[in-house]
Amino acid sequence: MLLALFIGIVTLVTTAGVVTRRFWLPAGINQHAAAFDSWLGIVIAILGIAFLGAQIALAWVIWRHRDRGQRAVYWDGSPKFEVFSIAIVTVLFLGASVGGARLWTGVHMSDQPAALRIEVLAKQFAWNFRYAGPDGRFGRTKLDLRNDATGNPFGIDDTDPVAADDVSNAALRVPAGQLIELRLNAQDVIHSFFVRELRLKQDAVPGMEIPLRFIAAKPGTYEIACAELCGLGHHQMRSVLIVLPPAEFTAWLAQSKNP
Amino acid sequence: MTPTPHVHPPSPPGQHRRASFTALYAGMASIIMLFGAFTSAMVVRRGASKDWRGTPAPQLLWVNTAVLAASSVVAERARRHLRNNDRVHFNYWWSGATLLGAGFIAAQGLLWRRLVDAGVYLNSNPGSAFFYIGTVAHALHLFGVWLWMFYLWTKAVRLQLGPSRRTGVDVCTVFWHFLGVLWLYLMFLFIYWGNR
Amino acid sequence: MRTFLSRYLFSTDHKTIGIQYFVLSVLAGFVGLALSVVMRIHLSYPEAKIRLFEILWPNGAPGGVMTPELYLALLTMHGTIMAFFLLTTVPLGGFGNYFLPIQIGAHDMALPRLNMLSFWTTFLSFLVLLAAFFVEGGAPLSGWTAYPPLSAAGPIAGPGQGTGQTLWIVSIAIFCLASLFGSINFITTTLEMRVKGMSLFRMPLTVWAWFITALISLFAFAVLMAAGILLLLDREAGTSFFLPTGLLINDRALPNQGGTPLLWQHLFWFFGHPEVYIAVLPGMGIVSTILANFARKPVFGYKPMVWAMLAIAGLGFIVWGHHMFISGMNPYSSLAFSVLTLTIGVPSAIKTFNWLGTLWGGRIQLTTAMLFSLGFVSVFVTGGLTGIILGQPSLDIYFHDTYFVVGHFHMIMGVASVFAMFAATFYWFPRMFGRMLNEKLGRVHFYITFLGVYGIFIPMHFAGLAGNPRRYADFTQFEFLQDLTILHKFSSHCAFTTAAVQLLFLANLIYSYRRGPLAKDNPWNATTLEWLNKTPDAVHCGAYEYSVPGDTKDFRMQHEEAR
Ligand code: HEM
Ligand SMILES: [Cu+2]
Ligand SMILES: [Cu+2]
Repeated sequence: MLLALFIGIVTLVTTAGVVTRRFWLPAGINQHAAAFDSWLGIVIAILGIAFLGAQIALAWVIWRHRDRGQRAVYWDGSPKFEVFSIAIVTVLFLGASVGGARLWTGVHMSDQPAALRIEVLAKQFAWNFRYAGPDGRFGRTKLDLRNDATGNPFGIDDTDPVAADDVSNAALRVPAGQLIELRLNAQDVIHSFFVRELRLKQDAVPGMEIPLRFIAAKPGTYEIACAELCGLGHHQMRSVLIVLPPAEFTAWLAQSKNP
Repeated sequence: MTPTPHVHPPSPPGQHRRASFTALYAGMASIIMLFGAFTSAMVVRRGASKDWRGTPAPQLLWVNTAVLAASSVVAERARRHLRNNDRVHFNYWWSGATLLGAGFIAAQGLLWRRLVDAGVYLNSNPGSAFFYIGTVAHALHLFGVWLWMFYLWTKAVRLQLGPSRRTGVDVCTVFWHFLGVLWLYLMFLFIYWGNR
Repeated sequence: MRTFLSRYLFSTDHKTIGIQYFVLSVLAGFVGLALSVVMRIHLSYPEAKIRLFEILWPNGAPGGVMTPELYLALLTMHGTIMAFFLLTTVPLGGFGNYFLPIQIGAHDMALPRLNMLSFWTTFLSFLVLLAAFFVEGGAPLSGWTAYPPLSAAGPIAGPGQGTGQTLWIVSIAIFCLASLFGSINFITTTLEMRVKGMSLFRMPLTVWAWFITALISLFAFAVLMAAGILLLLDREAGTSFFLPTGLLINDRALPNQGGTPLLWQHLFWFFGHPEVYIAVLPGMGIVSTILANFARKPVFGYKPMVWAMLAIAGLGFIVWGHHMFISGMNPYSSLAFSVLTLTIGVPSAIKTFNWLGTLWGGRIQLTTAMLFSLGFVSVFVTGGLTGIILGQPSLDIYFHDTYFVVGHFHMIMGVASVFAMFAATFYWFPRMFGRMLNEKLGRVHFYITFLGVYGIFIPMHFAGLAGNPRRYADFTQFEFLQDLTILHKFSSHCAFTTAAVQLLFLANLIYSYRRGPLAKDNPWNATTLEWLNKTPDAVHCGAYEYSVPGDTKDFRMQHEEAR
């Protein structure tokens, strides 16, 4: 009987944790995050009901049918019950899959033109971001020019005139309210770009250039974490996303042009 | 402290033979999965970059294929003789199959040697890499079965096999045929698909 | 000497081999558990100077403070030991070997020598894995999933990525071989060695579960084997399957050209997802049997249970992409994998309903075996439901590689399977060793463990909700992680308690093996054949004829004829 009680306790404590939201997602900073949160809310509500229902049913059965010397009933199944439960569960689960698909297509399959493209280069254990500058074109890079010590993590080739106005930076600054497209790349092992407030995560894979688009609506500073095991410094591979009002962003970009 | 011993009635007749074949089929299924995995890795890898080169097919390759095919035919004939209780002919043919099998494995060694001499290495390009992986994995399996074939041969020459003691020969032969078919598949993959 | 060797070491008897597997994996499980405790100590007290760490790992913990590379090495070894040497070996190699033949009325496995070979191959594989701790650079850092390029680039990618990683791959390849031998044997035995009257649909669900698990392993391990060979060649032979052009690691340019890191992930998870079912299916079979026995009722929906397991096995091979939603794989295929993944949730849910149905109207006897089985149902539900969140790419985009995943998979694959193992141990110990385990100790062990695992893993879910990434060697470098310290401290303290209580189980095993009360022939009044001490000539009914109306006893053994 203790078990029925214990099941009840862990179920209620868990539910309380979900309801009070003491440990929860941080506030989002764009529309995608809002849509994400409301969908997550729906899913968690449904799963929560299922969780409570199943655990309480289990606890109750344990208590209700405890051994009091009675003879058990001989009941070995019910096709009707099976079909009924399969139908309900299928509808619920497939509904979940379809219901969430919108969010996903919104992140990965939109074709609006991006206002700003930024190259991201991840490596053990740092993030680097490159802006094309006013000409809107990224200059040529060379692998053997890559060098942190000289402040050139991308290996930008200065002999290319297009590269002259490129800007590279260790923090990700973006203008608020504009559609940004990151082009993620990694130079050594797999890393993963994760910003909680954007509700976004995307691996950066060597040999691939992976796009990731978002709009950050709310100015502020947010932490960028690496979310794919990349070696001994994985836990310290931190950078920040700084969302600036567009005017400030433009000013910053102009002032950080290569000398 | 040991549990109470279990008492068993004797096994029904034919159980061992059926079990041997079932085990063989299960083993074949996993080998198919292994080579299936290599194949899909190869298709993906070929599509991923433009560095694929087909593997050249030296004359020797066709000779080897012929030897392997011959060994299969010969083993099959041997197996039939055993079933008909013709142990003398069985021994002839089985010895022949064992020799041909050894010949194939040796000739595979020669083939790899030729390719290496021609500058085709394991790490030359994905085509050559998969060629070596596929053919070496095939040869290892084949060598395992060949050892068994040889072991059966030592029993055969001591006349320890007969129509009622032929499960080993049957299973071994079917396994050998299977590896022959696998070889043809690999040829198709590397020589035809690989050079397309 | 000779008899000792052939009886206890190189025995071909399935019972001995089953016990060998059991002992090996229990040892492995305790090693894995100890590693997790060490990890949790470090996560909660990253600055503490602990003398023992320094003694154990002079290079990994200079001055007693653990380095990140040591943490990750422990992480890799913990995950690998638990996933391969506990979850894959105890339920199938241990209990399966011992009981599958007896439950179907066979005198042994179909291929006893192959059986011995698979045990010793497993043993060798374990030794090779442990050797990784003792080589230069130590054990690999790359986790049990060993993603390249980290795992393929060699020592320049980090300590442990040299010899340690090579040993890891070799160990896994050997393990694949062992599992393949084992599965061939289980499949053959089930198909060919059944006693007269033991039709497929009269087999106990344990036998079905072992059989289906063996089928899954047969296909899954062959693929892992292929992947391991390719990875080894990338490391040692200069091929480029997984290594792309233009790698610059630690300021060194690699000569490799044209490979693709995602290929490994596809191959690995094609194995890896079925692997979680390899871990949990035998548990499902065991729990079904034990629930029926201690509720004194037939299994509710026996056939749907079988079909559900078959569906899980089949679908399990086409859902691997849910581990790769964020990997850079084509986003359209993510949607397809999502639908398939949630479909596989259906048979799992059906099984849960049927377990509740089995209990319903029963006469529930709360033995320790039963407690662990009921605990299994509880954690299976908890772990299963979060899978519905992770199976959607739109939500996984936030939860992937956070502690939410760690909580999820520990619940459903770790704790659930381990509960089933405990249940099976309490249930079958009398058959294996002729004595009963101590029920009082068992109950204490269960209740603390039950609260303990919830205490360990529920906080991890909340850390994941707050966005805490997994595989972090400490949580000191990010501002947002500071707030979660209390969750991790709580989790760790629950882990210490739970781990300590497992010693009680060990003590129970040892004590009861020598001093436990002698067991009766059929101590649980069960229906299946392992409780007879002779193999019957034929069986006459299904495996779960409990409380049949009109019978005087409340159970009818399979060999008994209906009156
Ligand atoms: C007291 C019990 C346990 C504790 C406290 C524990 C703790 C942990 C921790 C802290 C991690 C690392 C998470 C991270 O940094 O991402 C981990 C990973 C893991 N654990 Fe456990 N664990 C326990 C039991 C188990 C069991 C029973 C299993 C399986 C049977 C298991 C399988 C794994 C696996 C597969 C990983 C992933 C390793 C990787 O990321 O490569 N654990 N565990
Ligand atoms: Cu990282
Ligand atoms: Cu999976």
